[in-house]
Amino acid sequence: MDVIDLSQTDVRDLNRRLQGAKDGGFQVLHPGGEHALAAGLTTPVAVTIDGHAGYYCAGMNQEAQITVNGNAGTGVAENMMSGTVRVRGDASQSAGATAHGGLLVIEGDASARCAISLKGGDVVVGGSVGHMAAFMAQAGRLVVLGDVGADLGDSLYEAQIYVRGSVVSLGADCVEKEMTAEHKTELAALLEQAGLEADAGAFRCYGSERQLYHFNIDNAGSY
Amino acid sequence: MCGIVGLYLKNPELRDRLGAFFSPMLEQMTDRGPDSAGVAIYRDTEISAGEGKVILYHTDPDFDWDGIAQAAADDLGVDVTAERVSTHAILRATIDAGAMRRWIESNRPKLRIMSSGAILEIYKEVGLPADVLTRFGVPQATGSHAVGHTRMATESAVTTEGAHPFNTGDDLCLVHNGSLSNHHRMRNWLREQAGIAFQTDNDSEVAAGYLTWRLGQGATIAEALEAAIADLDGFYTFAVGTRDGFSVLRDPIACKPAVMAETDDWVAMASEFRALAQLPGVDSATVWEPEPATVYSWGHA
Amino acid sequence: MNNDAKESATYPPRVIDEIQRAASEGIYAIRGAGAKRHVPSFDDLVFLGASMSRYPLEGYRERCDTNVVIGARHASKPIELDIPITIAGMSFGALGANAKQALGLAATAMGTSTTTGDGGMTPEEREASKTLVYQYLPSRYGMTPDQLRHADAIEVVVGQGAKPGGGGMLLGQKITDRVAEMRTLPTGIDQRSACRHPDWTGPDDLEIKIRELREITNWEKPIYVKVGATRTRYDVMLAVKAGADAVVVDGMQGGTAATQDIFIEDVGIPTLPAVRLAVEALQELDMHRKVQLIVSGGIRTGGDVAKALALGADAVSIGMAALMALNCNAPLYEEDYAALGTRPGACDRCHTGRCPVGVATQDPVLEARLDPEEGARRVRNYLSTLTMECQTLARACGKSHVHNLEPEDMVALTVEAAAMAKVPLAGTDWIPGSG
Repeated sequence: MDVIDLSQTDVRDLNRRLQGAKDGGFQVLHPGGEHALAAGLTTPVAVTIDGHAGYYCAGMNQEAQITVNGNAGTGVAENMMSGTVRVRGDASQSAGATAHGGLLVIEGDASARCAISLKGGDVVVGGSVGHMAAFMAQAGRLVVLGDVGADLGDSLYEAQIYVRGSVVSLGADCVEKEMTAEHKTELAALLEQAGLEADAGAFRCYGSERQLYHFNIDNAGSY
Repeated sequence: MCGIVGLYLKNPELRDRLGAFFSPMLEQMTDRGPDSAGVAIYRDTEISAGEGKVILYHTDPDFDWDGIAQAAADDLGVDVTAERVSTHAILRATIDAGAMRRWIESNRPKLRIMSSGAILEIYKEVGLPADVLTRFGVPQATGSHAVGHTRMATESAVTTEGAHPFNTGDDLCLVHNGSLSNHHRMRNWLREQAGIAFQTDNDSEVAAGYLTWRLGQGATIAEALEAAIADLDGFYTFAVGTRDGFSVLRDPIACKPAVMAETDDWVAMASEFRALAQLPGVDSATVWEPEPATVYSWGHA
Repeated sequence: MNNDAKESATYPPRVIDEIQRAASEGIYAIRGAGAKRHVPSFDDLVFLGASMSRYPLEGYRERCDTNVVIGARHASKPIELDIPITIAGMSFGALGANAKQALGLAATAMGTSTTTGDGGMTPEEREASKTLVYQYLPSRYGMTPDQLRHADAIEVVVGQGAKPGGGGMLLGQKITDRVAEMRTLPTGIDQRSACRHPDWTGPDDLEIKIRELREITNWEKPIYVKVGATRTRYDVMLAVKAGADAVVVDGMQGGTAATQDIFIEDVGIPTLPAVRLAVEALQELDMHRKVQLIVSGGIRTGGDVAKALALGADAVSIGMAALMALNCNAPLYEEDYAALGTRPGACDRCHTGRCPVGVATQDPVLEARLDPEEGARRVRNYLSTLTMECQTLARACGKSHVHNLEPEDMVALTVEAAAMAKVPLAGTDWIPGSG
């Protein structure tokens, strides 16, 4: 386990070392809310960040397993392609934004625009999420064990959303869908992968009504 | 665009180190605000009624502040002293700050008023935050709370007056991160119909003027901020300093950042967590983000 | 003479048609191309060639260099261009693969760059273009770190001249299986696009995003910031403060493959004042020539290139003109233009995907009308012509490098152009608005 103390070195040095490693484990001390920590990794290294991270922690992650023992700022795991990112505390806005793959687990709460424009990754939140969650989400899955703020899934494409708690309101073209046995099985597997205990049967499923896929004058109010 | 920070010390024993805790917070926000910086210090926790301070600004290093103080003293029939602090000066008077302010506006209209109030002192200048902090002795400041700002000017000039915090009412100041979209018309209305004076083209100054107007109509700061949600359009995180503490408000879309942290000893806010990362006890602080369109307030009384 | 049928200037037939179309369809008109209305432009500026006080350079023998380096401010591998003319961002999706390939081959032959668009980078484009700028857009369609690393430069798009404040648009008829797969969208739907980036808003947060992009690409690649021309002075200053290595300013004449007609015509300022505003902003920050300025939006001739450079731009970018070199609006397949309700010389039907000359289409039958090699030859010819024209004008003004052209080499033919470009009205010392 390599230890890198950010109070003794800088982000460029940290990322160079992490990006240059083919494997192995790294512990990052005193992150102090710095930005772009462990961004752009491409190999299955294991990175633990002891403290709070700033913006774009684990940005564009590929393959790596990154754990934040604290909170993460805006855009954690943004555009992730693969690998796993776990935030033990809370995440700020745009968590998992535009991610194509991989798994982002937020054990605490996430704020606005969680999983915005998701393109295939999985985002699982143990707590609650703020407004505009899954805005324009195209593919992948968002799972929320807690409550959801206003305008869930506005302009949703084909991403799938599972919520256990309450939802303040649904966004344009987002509707509740039947929670099938298939959904429950898939959700249970995802929850297990995320390491969060919950009964898949207690969740509701949301998806796109697909009314905005082609412009129709009668939907003008939704644009 | 900008960085904003605010710190309120709940624990009175920490108040002689307000500046020591606050200065690193402001410096951490340099990258997002390299043009100018400003701080609002609520320095005295006990002040006698009928006393006030006005902070004035002049670029001339040899400006005759004593002369101003004497002229005001003569006209108003009270004691007025002047203390120079770099390009600013503190005029202290045995009269309420509002009266001092009106005297300055009538008799020395060309002087820039940085702040007026019983407790509040605002210092702001063009330049890097670290330089601004040193110039005005902020690391040594004492007091109960402080609000600060680092500026990346968006649509108005980089000038001393354009820096935040803005003060258009006694002991009230505002810092803003974001960009308003209806401030021109709002400014015209406030100037013409509500008699609010503006020194800059800055959208943030309009927000400060709006709050002053609302308070003048009898609203509390919380009510004024609630009304702002409907009346001010655009993107904003506001931190408002008042005599007793500070308040925070984010617009309903909430794209501009805001992080809060709180312990038994203090409550703080900043645009980025790293500004809070060196506060004592931050590792065990409760850290959260303010919800959109929700007014938060902390303070005494 | 029948004087009874008098048209209204406020409600000419064109406007009446549009009102009635809206009443019938209940949606805004969507089209391609840029602003069609007349605006003050480079047409209104002329050069003061050599005379008794200034001496020209001989063509061919006496050097007039055209090279430019973009992005040395922070990047370890800046972009070196042989000519100050690049190909602007246009998406695969908006254009077909043959068009993208033709543009890439031509740019490579001329020692300049092309730019990807919404939807990401295709392998063919990367192969055809020796120097490829990668657009980083609000939609993030097809955006992957591998693509970022495969690019030679990154262009963070805040907006474009055709629609500053608007997002990308691609209608279902152009969302083929391949396009859909690149963008993670269902085939055949109408693409709805974000107008803001998903994970940052504002130059203060852009600064942090740019740092992240640099961390992910090892600080090698220049980072451009592109804006549609609106509050250009502020935008350029903020792009510099946010850390940009180059700024791209796209005036209202800039094209698009699909957006609302009202957006194209009613939002944004012309390229002419935008160039001047951008240069003044850079000069105020002492960043002129340190942060490069690339301007686009209605660049058509080598005269336009020279005038943009004379006002202070480091390079220009062409979009629609490059497509016209590929036969956009050429008098070929005229019955197909007619089927779209238009004709060569007035066509703006890019959004339909039925481009008669095979440029802005995904339909294989239509695409076959554009041979990439033949197209590359045409674009190369056009770029060569632009360069030679620019050099001709520069030599006539006594310049051994096109960057030595200055505003004082020009005068304006109209008051508006004089005011917008801040060059004197011909025959006078007068620049409206100053003094």
